[in-house]
This record gives sequence, structure tokens and C-alpha cells, in this order.
Amino acid sequence: MSSRRSRSRQSPSSAINDDQIIELVSKLQQLLPEMHTRRRSDKVVSASKVLQETCNYIRSLHREVDDLSERLSELLALSDHAQADVVRSLLLHQ
Amino acid sequence: MTAMVSDAAVGTDRRRSGRLRRNKKHRAQLVQREAEEGRSHERWRSELQHKLYSAKLMEALARLRLAGDGGGGGGGEEVRVVPTRGRTVRDAADRALAFAAKGRTRWSRAVLMTTANRVKLKFRRIRAGGGKGRLGVTGAGGGRWMGRKGKGKVSVGRLRGKGSAGVRRKVRELGSLVPGCRVEPMNVVLEEATDYIAALEMQVRTMSALAQLLSGGDSDAAPAAGHGHTSS
Repeated sequence: MSSRRSRSRQSPSSAINDDQIIELVSKLQQLLPEMHTRRRSDKVVSASKVLQETCNYIRSLHREVDDLSERLSELLALSDHAQADVVRSLLLHQ
Repeated sequence: MTAMVSDAAVGTDRRRSGRLRRNKKHRAQLVQREAEEGRSHERWRSELQHKLYSAKLMEALARLRLAGDGGGGGGGEEVRVVPTRGRTVRDAADRALAFAAKGRTRWSRAVLMTTANRVKLKFRRIRAGGGKGRLGVTGAGGGRWMGRKGKGKVSVGRLRGKGSAGVRRKVRELGSLVPGCRVEPMNVVLEEATDYIAALEMQVRTMSALAQLLSGGDSDAAPAAGHGHTSS
């Protein structure tokens, strides 16, 4: 919390700094899989590109979660019909 | 002689409070890790979080009634239309994920509130005051993160003015993707997005490990699903 105070010493009000945004965007960039693997990417990347990649990445993550939940629902429904208790106790025991 | 006594004292102390100290140390480490790092990525990657989430998820999934056909067991009571099975699982997983966030972020609160009850939206507005204050914690974490991470520093192109139109548009798009961030200022959206991405990654990891476990996956399954091995 102290660092927050030091960071926003000049703008306690709702004025959003450019630097803050740049900081956050570069933090996002670290998370993106493509831009993170390239160690040499010291080049300047435009903020809008980072944001676009972020949107794409979130969408792909959503899609992956959807696929996984479909798969899980099938597997769970399968286990529902046959040996439900066994599988469920196995799950819960974890 | 004093040395011997002190040594003995230390010895017994160590033995007696060994367990306590280990617990305390463990807990202090956890707290330290959570507070000092504060970095959302680290938090969502910890083993503890993974275990917590997987346990919660399995609990939730076990409670679901997924065999829609055949039995009117669960279907009779629900007045609403029963959604597709995949959707049910996904909602349960999202809810468990939001719960794991302990309500520290906006998206987690939004996810929990929408699925619970429409009436609760009333409380949402009242909570907004407290919620904004709570968000300060994540803000602090963000600042600290930037100071610490020195390697691989990449520079982002300078923004023209307070976020040119293109950037603003992109942030809006991002806001529509992250739950509960559609009308928030830019820095809030970006902050939430980073945490949300890390959380989603954990969700994907956990769910795929679970799916592998259930389908009697190969021995190359994720290490977290170690003990459930029904290796045929």
C-alpha cells in the first residue's frame, strides 16, 4: 500500500496518468505468451497492438475453457450413468 | 555453564515449538508471498491456489446434476430452462474461479453476483463504494511488481495524449471481455485484465488436468493430479 501512495503522489484524484497506463500495458505484455517468449523484444511495441493481442488471448482462453467444460461435462455425465459413486468418491477424496 | 543452559533452552525450544514454528513459518511465508509479490501472475500460479481451486471445482461439479436425460430428478424443481451441459460446467467453473479470487477483484465480484441472483444487483450498487476502496490493494501490488521485475523490460510506445482514440477503443473492447469492466476507467480495466488472464490460465490448467484424470489419461498427466492415478 505504501508504494501506491508513493506512486500516486502527484495525482490523488481521478486523473489517470499516461505513465500508469503504459506501466499497465507493459505488464500485460509480459503475460502474453507470444511476446513473452521472445527475450530480445526490447523493441517498442505499440500499445494498441498489445491490447489487441490481449483481447485475442482472452478470447482464446475463453474458447479453451468452453471446450474443456464440454469435455468435462461429457466425462461427468458418462460417470453419472456408470459407477457414479466410485468416480465421485475418487474425485472428492483428492 | 550459562552457555550450556542457553543451548539446552534453545534445544528444547526448538523441539517444542518446532511444529508451531513450522506452521507459523509456513503461514508467514504464504502471507509474505501474497503480500510482497502481490503480482497477480504469481498468485495464480502458486501450488496452493491450484489445489484450492481444484478442490472447489470438484466439489461444485460433483454437486451438479448432469444426467439431463433419463431422470427428472433435478429437472423437476428448476423453473428455468436447463442450459446445455457444457454451459453448466463452465458456469460452475467460473464461479469457483471467482470464489478463489476472494472477491478482491472486480471481475470476480461481477461473476459471483450475476450468477447468484438478479435481485442482488441492488446490493451491487451499494457495494460499489466499498469495492472501489478494496481495489486499492491490487493497485499497490501492481506498483510493487513493476519495481521488482527488472529483467526483460519492454518498452511500450508512447501514447499520444491521455490515450489516443485507438488505444481507448481497444481498452473498451478489453473491458467488454472481462466481466464487470465495461464502464470502468482505463487503468482499472487494464488492472483487472491482468489478473483475469492469470486466473483464466489457472482455470485452463486445472480443468485440463481434471479432464485427463477423468479420462484415465496417460502417465504424463499434470503433477497435480498425481495421486488420482488410475493408470490402467
